[in-house]
Amino acid sequence: MAVKTLTINGEQYSAQEGESILSVARQHNIPIPTLCHLEGLSTVGACRLCVVQIEGIPRLLPACTTKVEEGMVIQTANERLNKYRRMIVALLASEGNHVCAVCVANNHCELQDLAYSVGLVRVRYPYLFPNKQLDATHKDYVMDHNRCVLCTRCVRVCDEVEGAHVWDVAGRGINSEIITGLDYSWGNSQTCTECGKCVMVCPTGALFEKGVTVSEMEKKKGFLKYIITARQKKEWVSIGNE
Amino acid sequence: MKDKIQKPKVATVWLGGCSGCHMSFLDLDERLIELADKIDLVYSPLADVKTFPNNVDITLVEGAVTNDENEEMAHTVRKHSRYVLSFGDCATTGNVTAMRNRFGNAELIDRAYRELADISNSVPNDHTLIAQLREQAIPLHHLIRVDAFLHGCPPTPDEIWFAINELLQGRIPVFNTQFLRYG
Repeated sequence: MAVKTLTINGEQYSAQEGESILSVARQHNIPIPTLCHLEGLSTVGACRLCVVQIEGIPRLLPACTTKVEEGMVIQTANERLNKYRRMIVALLASEGNHVCAVCVANNHCELQDLAYSVGLVRVRYPYLFPNKQLDATHKDYVMDHNRCVLCTRCVRVCDEVEGAHVWDVAGRGINSEIITGLDYSWGNSQTCTECGKCVMVCPTGALFEKGVTVSEMEKKKGFLKYIITARQKKEWVSIGNE
Repeated sequence: MKDKIQKPKVATVWLGGCSGCHMSFLDLDERLIELADKIDLVYSPLADVKTFPNNVDITLVEGAVTNDENEEMAHTVRKHSRYVLSFGDCATTGNVTAMRNRFGNAELIDRAYRELADISNSVPNDHTLIAQLREQAIPLHHLIRVDAFLHGCPPTPDEIWFAINELLQGRIPVFNTQFLRYG
């Protein structure tokens, strides 16, 4: 495969043809914030948090879906990028009901961490306070749509790793919502294997285990690396407490 | 003689919140004694003062704007304060106070005063005595201009101490990484 050379934040790097900018950045510990992206799942470029600035291209492009090209000159962090990233987190905060103080995922939440990393001091947009529902019909898990950021990690992990495809997205735009089956309640799903992968990859407190209370829901994502390495390389790696 | 030295006037205000932020303020513990030498506390739920005074230097506002009385108070605070700070998550995001917003007021009041009532299940409606709920509880900065934001539910005593001391030295506190924390 051909090797491409490119510049990221003034430094020269080489990458394989077909690799994404995000992949190259991650290999060299260049921080780019992400939300919908999760190593081991397919890439959808939905959240736009990983946008980067590429010389000669007026619009910002997501690092997760943009492939490297010879001679690309990329900036991964500057005031313009941070402004847009802060806007994205503020919009996510304003269009759901994210109440950290009473959330099961408080202090273990990727949305919360993003708010800190982009310096979201306050949200200027009006909060929408949508009237979203909560599905507690499953015997082990709960889906609280108030805290869902529509990253679709649950949809992808269920389809691509578990192979059950219980979850999908219904509706359009602001009315989009994650559904179970053909919009049945989760407890009545005949396809759910009760594996809990969706719960573990969910970045917020939208999916959680029954019985946990404020700040108690810690997500462990190590299983993804374990399963994917096993499938691809027939190697069963140690994931420790990840 | 000491009394003649003009100390910065500080006020704290309690809007739609649980008073946890004020409890955290009291958790400054022995630092309160040091603070008492540096400032004049001119208005606060912790001090028995009936009206919000003029020419206040720093006002900390706890709670979301949830009723007409809060709204009037917020405007008074802005008019008479040099610096206004959102004091904690309810003032900054609406937080728990704003969780009622997804229900209508009628549904909410019915639930609180009729369904869950043990003794007299009637709705208080004398709004000369009891403030009228706004349709939605909102963060303070969605109503008035706010100069800085203290985060957390509640903000830690260290954060409160940092904010007040920065302001006393004439700087708007910047909480970018050290204290930025929701929940």
